[in-house]
Amino acid sequence: MLRFILTRVSLIIPTFLGITLLAFFLIRLVPGDPIETLAGERGIDPARHEQLRKEYGFDKPIIVQYGIYLTRVLQGDLGKSMITQEPVLNEFSSLFPATVELALCAILFALILGLPAGIIAAIRRNSIFDHGVMGISLAGYSMPIFWWGLILILLFSVQFDLTPVSGRIDVLYYIEPITGFLLIDTLLSDEPEAFWSAVNHLILPTIVLGTVPLAVIARMTRSAMLEVLGEDYIRTAKAKGLSRFRIVALHALRNALIPVVTVIGLQVGVLFTGAILTETIFSWPGVGKWLIDAIFRRDYPVLQGGALLLGVVVMAVNLLVDLAYGLINPRIRHTR
Amino acid sequence: MTTETMEAPAVAVPTATPPHPLREFWGYFSANHGAVAGLFIIVAVVLIALLAPVIAPHDPNLTNTAIALQPPFWQEGGSIAYPLGTDPIGRDILSRLIFGARLSLLIGIAVVALSIAVGTVLGLVAGFFRGLTEIFIMRLMDIVLTLPSLLLAIVIVAVLGPGLMNAMLAVALVILPHYVRLARAAVITETSKDYVTAARVSGAGTTRLMFKEVLPNCTAPLIVQASLGISTAILDAAALGFLGLGAQPPSPEWGTMLADAREFVLRAWWVVTFPGLAILITVLAFNLLGDGLRDALDPKLKR
Repeated sequence: MLRFILTRVSLIIPTFLGITLLAFFLIRLVPGDPIETLAGERGIDPARHEQLRKEYGFDKPIIVQYGIYLTRVLQGDLGKSMITQEPVLNEFSSLFPATVELALCAILFALILGLPAGIIAAIRRNSIFDHGVMGISLAGYSMPIFWWGLILILLFSVQFDLTPVSGRIDVLYYIEPITGFLLIDTLLSDEPEAFWSAVNHLILPTIVLGTVPLAVIARMTRSAMLEVLGEDYIRTAKAKGLSRFRIVALHALRNALIPVVTVIGLQVGVLFTGAILTETIFSWPGVGKWLIDAIFRRDYPVLQGGALLLGVVVMAVNLLVDLAYGLINPRIRHTR
Repeated sequence: MTTETMEAPAVAVPTATPPHPLREFWGYFSANHGAVAGLFIIVAVVLIALLAPVIAPHDPNLTNTAIALQPPFWQEGGSIAYPLGTDPIGRDILSRLIFGARLSLLIGIAVVALSIAVGTVLGLVAGFFRGLTEIFIMRLMDIVLTLPSLLLAIVIVAVLGPGLMNAMLAVALVILPHYVRLARAAVITETSKDYVTAARVSGAGTTRLMFKEVLPNCTAPLIVQASLGISTAILDAAALGFLGLGAQPPSPEWGTMLADAREFVLRAWWVVTFPGLAILITVLAFNLLGDGLRDALDPKLKR
């Protein structure tokens, strides 16, 4: 087991180096002189220019520059935002909980609807329900979620006035961040309405972000169930006279869940991609919106650092899924 | 080029006299009603794109503030002259959607063509030469796959500067790993087969082996992936357009149209509804086609 963990962990080192290389070189592709880019439109005098060149190490060979960059990254120094002068890492960590909260709710939403839908579709193969679920999930899979968000706003916020259009909570409330998760922080505070306000603000973004994972999970669960239901041990269970529920819930589902768990793990990247669009539509104060804002402010350190951090988070989650998978399924652990 | 090969069998079959594999393919393909529907929608979108100047009722870029934000014809205040209404500066939405079909198809086809061209060559090289070359190429592709696809595309476009060309390049790069992996996997399974050995013994060079012997035998998965790739490309390019990083206004690209109209969502539902519907239908059609092609071309599912 230890050997398995060590091999998996060591495999991420080249990937990590690759991501840092990418982040390092991409910023150098920005047309123009990096110092002038950093200085912005106000310009900069030559003496200060030379000083900054030295300070950032632009006078050294490119390999050395990368070495300096990598050392800084490993020490948690990702530079400062050009706009706010705050360290990129601090900004990221103060905004990241909002994104995680949204992503967790979205995946929960996708699981709660997607698993049962997929299971029932598999049991009632070729029924109207099956065709309906597959049709809807294909549509969900093809959904331009930025448009889906706008349509839901039109329906629920404009037409029926049920949910707020943007933000994370009503401006009436100020909640001291304790965990960073508003659903928990509002419960800890002494304002019970604040919790409902937070829930209300979460509904639409959750649906929007959860749509694609929902479609993927429903499809995957269905095909995994279909495969398992054709196995010999299911026939044995039927022959033993077990109840239908017992067969599905105990014998089939447990085996069908293995590929589904992998797919859920792979959805993390999809979730972050979706979060960028969802947060932009709903003005959700998370890292996705922060990155897009950084692009339009030409705040390159934020763009570079933020993309690197998101890449590392996705990498780490994939690793955890991999390890968890090895724990659940001994077959994976023993084949290298 | 790739989409021609993708669509050729399906279109050519009904008139052709027994070309055996094609008829068999059509038999499997047409059994899947969703796939046939997808194909019809795609043919329709292609026709609309080709005939755009003929069928569009107005110039897509003609502004007329006198008729700004006119609703669709069935609503009060709408007129049949502007069937789907007008946008905030009085351009006809239907005409813009029709011309937008050209852009979206162009994006989908160009991106996938570029990705397949580069991807198959990289995959073939990795599969044939193995060793360090292979490790280098495949690790690079793994890194691209690790990063969330749209995030990578956004960063690339942010660095290169917004615009349709850069957005297409970014999306092509993001979907590249799928083709590299497919091509490499095909090479590895095919090179051990007798016909490749036979070709090699009769003196065929590596280039000939790669492109004349092995490549034709891995077209099926590539065709399926191409159809699914076109849908991803259209969707991602539209997302970039929506974020203001893709095609720039006044281009009638569907995602850009949505971004333009976003602030009017509370006043005029039609300016956001139709462009998104166009994206959804087109992407759905390519996904349906891809699913159908996979069922028809995958020998494992045939039996």
